[in-house]
Amino acid sequence: MSELQDLYQQVILDHNKQPRNFHPLEGKAMRAEGHNPLCGDRLTLWVDRDGERLKDVGFVGSGCAISKASASMMTEAVKGKSEAEAQALFELFHGLVTGEAPVDADDPRLGKLVVFAGVRDYPVRVKCATLAWHTLRAALSGGRTVSTE
Amino acid sequence: MNPFLPTTVAEAGEQSPSHAFDVRALREDFPILRQTVRGGKPLAYLDNAATAQKPRAVIDAITRFYTQTNANVHRGLHELSERATSAYEGARATVRQALGAAEDREIIFVRGTTEAINLVAQAWARPRVKPGDEILITEMEHHSNIVPWQILCGQTGAKLVVAPITDGGVLDLEALDRLLGMKTRLLALAHVSNALGTINPVQRIVEMAHAKKIPVLLDGAQAVPHMPVDVRAIGCDFYAFSGHKAYGPTGIGALYGRAEHLEEMDPWQGGGDMIASVTFEKTTWNKLPWKFEAGTPDIAGAVGLAAALDYVAHIGWGPIQAYEETLLGEATVAVAAVPGVRVLAREAPRVSVVSFTMEGVHPHDIGTIVDLNGVAIRAGHHCAQPLMDRLGVQATARASLALYNTREEIKALVEGLRQVNEVFGR
Repeated sequence: MSELQDLYQQVILDHNKQPRNFHPLEGKAMRAEGHNPLCGDRLTLWVDRDGERLKDVGFVGSGCAISKASASMMTEAVKGKSEAEAQALFELFHGLVTGEAPVDADDPRLGKLVVFAGVRDYPVRVKCATLAWHTLRAALSGGRTVSTE
Repeated sequence: MNPFLPTTVAEAGEQSPSHAFDVRALREDFPILRQTVRGGKPLAYLDNAATAQKPRAVIDAITRFYTQTNANVHRGLHELSERATSAYEGARATVRQALGAAEDREIIFVRGTTEAINLVAQAWARPRVKPGDEILITEMEHHSNIVPWQILCGQTGAKLVVAPITDGGVLDLEALDRLLGMKTRLLALAHVSNALGTINPVQRIVEMAHAKKIPVLLDGAQAVPHMPVDVRAIGCDFYAFSGHKAYGPTGIGALYGRAEHLEEMDPWQGGGDMIASVTFEKTTWNKLPWKFEAGTPDIAGAVGLAAALDYVAHIGWGPIQAYEETLLGEATVAVAAVPGVRVLAREAPRVSVVSFTMEGVHPHDIGTIVDLNGVAIRAGHHCAQPLMDRLGVQATARASLALYNTREEIKALVEGLRQVNEVFGR
C-alpha cells in the first residue's frame, strides 16, 4: 500500500472529496476550458484579475482524484499572487510532477503542492496533475480551450 | 514459475479436437504472461479487448517468415517470391475458412477493423449514397464505426441515424426495425460491443435489414476473438475484424465482402499490385481481392494472423467458449460484490467484458490502483464516447478476459478494487 499512499496522499483525497473554490466566478472574470480526452477530465476555470494580481480563482468540472485535487489546490496556491508568480509556480510544479527538472521538495514556494511529488512515478497521470495549470495559463493569455492530449 | 494455479473447465463442446481445457498449459504458450510487473507482482493481463497477447505459434510464424521466406508477393519469378506468395494467399484461405466465407477472393487484407470500415465507406457507400440518404448505426458503436460514416455523410449529404439501446446496454430491436427505412442505404453495427461486451443478435438483425433490402456491415473486432463466426450463416454483406485482438499481430486485419458487392466496387487506393495494366492514358484494375490491396501488403502480418486463427481452431471453440463463459460469470459476480461497484449491461448477453463504475471514484484512479497490484485493465471512454453519454457515465473501468485468464487473476482484480475502497475511505 505504500506506493499507493505516496500517490493518493490524504491531502489529495481531501481536496478530491471537497474541492476548494469549486464555483464559477461572475462578472468579467477570464475563463478557459481544459480537457484531457484520454480520460475525459474536463474543467472550466475562471480568473478575476486586479491588475497583475489574481484576485480570485474558481473552477468547476469533473475528473479523476489527481486532476480534481490539483485544480483545487492550484486555486488556493495562486489566489492573491501576481501573474508572474503564478507562472513561476507552474514551472516549479511541472518540474515536480514530471521529474524533468530537479525540484527541492522543501522549496517553500511549493508549500502544500509537494503532495503531488508521487505523480512523477506515473507518467500517464502527469497530464491529470497539470491540466488545471495549463488551463490557468490559457485563461491568463485570453481564454481558449486547452487539451492535454 | 507460473504464479497462478490451474483452473480447469471440463470439455464442453463436440468440436474439441483433444482434451479438457487446461488453462495452465495454455498460459505456457504465451511468453509475455510469465513476467512480474510493478515490483514483483505477477502480471494479470485483463485488457484483452484493447489487444490480446500472442502465443508462441504466432511469434514463431512471423520469425520463420522473416528468417526463411521473406520476399515480395505476386511479382518475383524466384523461389522465395513463390513461397511468400503461397504463404500470403494461404493465410487468406485460413481467414476465409475461419469466417465461413465461400471464396478466398471475398477476403481483403487490411490494417484492421478501422481500415476495413473506411474502405466500405469510401469504396462502396460513397459513390452510391445521395443527399438525404441515411446510414444507420447504433448507440453502442466504437468510434471506428461512427467517424468513417460521419466523414461519408459530410462528403455526400447523407444523414447519420443512430438506433437506441436500452438502459441495460442492449440494442432496442423494435426501434431498430422502425429506423430501417426507405432512405436507409446501409446498417453498420458491432457484432459485440467493445465497451460493454454485449452480443448483438446479428443473424436476426440482418434478416430484418434484408427484408427491406438494406445491406449490413458488421464490426467483428470483439466477436472474432471469442466466438466462431460464420458470415454465410449470419448473412451479412460486409464483416470487418482485426488480427491483434484475436491473438494475431498488430497492423493486419480483414474485410469480408460478398463477391457481388466487391465486384461492382471501384478500388479505394491506387498503386502497385491492384492493377491489371497501366498506361498514362488508361489503367485497368486487377481482379478480386487484389483490386483492394494497393502496395506491398503486410505479408508477415497475414502469416501471423493465420497462425493465430489456427492456434484457436486447434484448441477448439467449444472448450474456449465454455471456459470463457464460466470465467466471465465468476468475474461479474466477484466484481459486482465489491461495495460501490456497478456493473454495466450486467444482464445483457455478453462475452469477455466486465465494464463497471465505482461510486465516487473516477475510473482512472481505479486503473492506477489495480495496476499497482499488477492488474492491467482499461479505464476511460473506450473509444465509445456517445455510448458513455447515453449511459450517463463519464468513463468506466473495463476488465476484459481472454482464454488464458484465470480465477486467480480475477481475485487479484477484486483485491485491487478493495484497496480502491480503502484509499477512497469507503
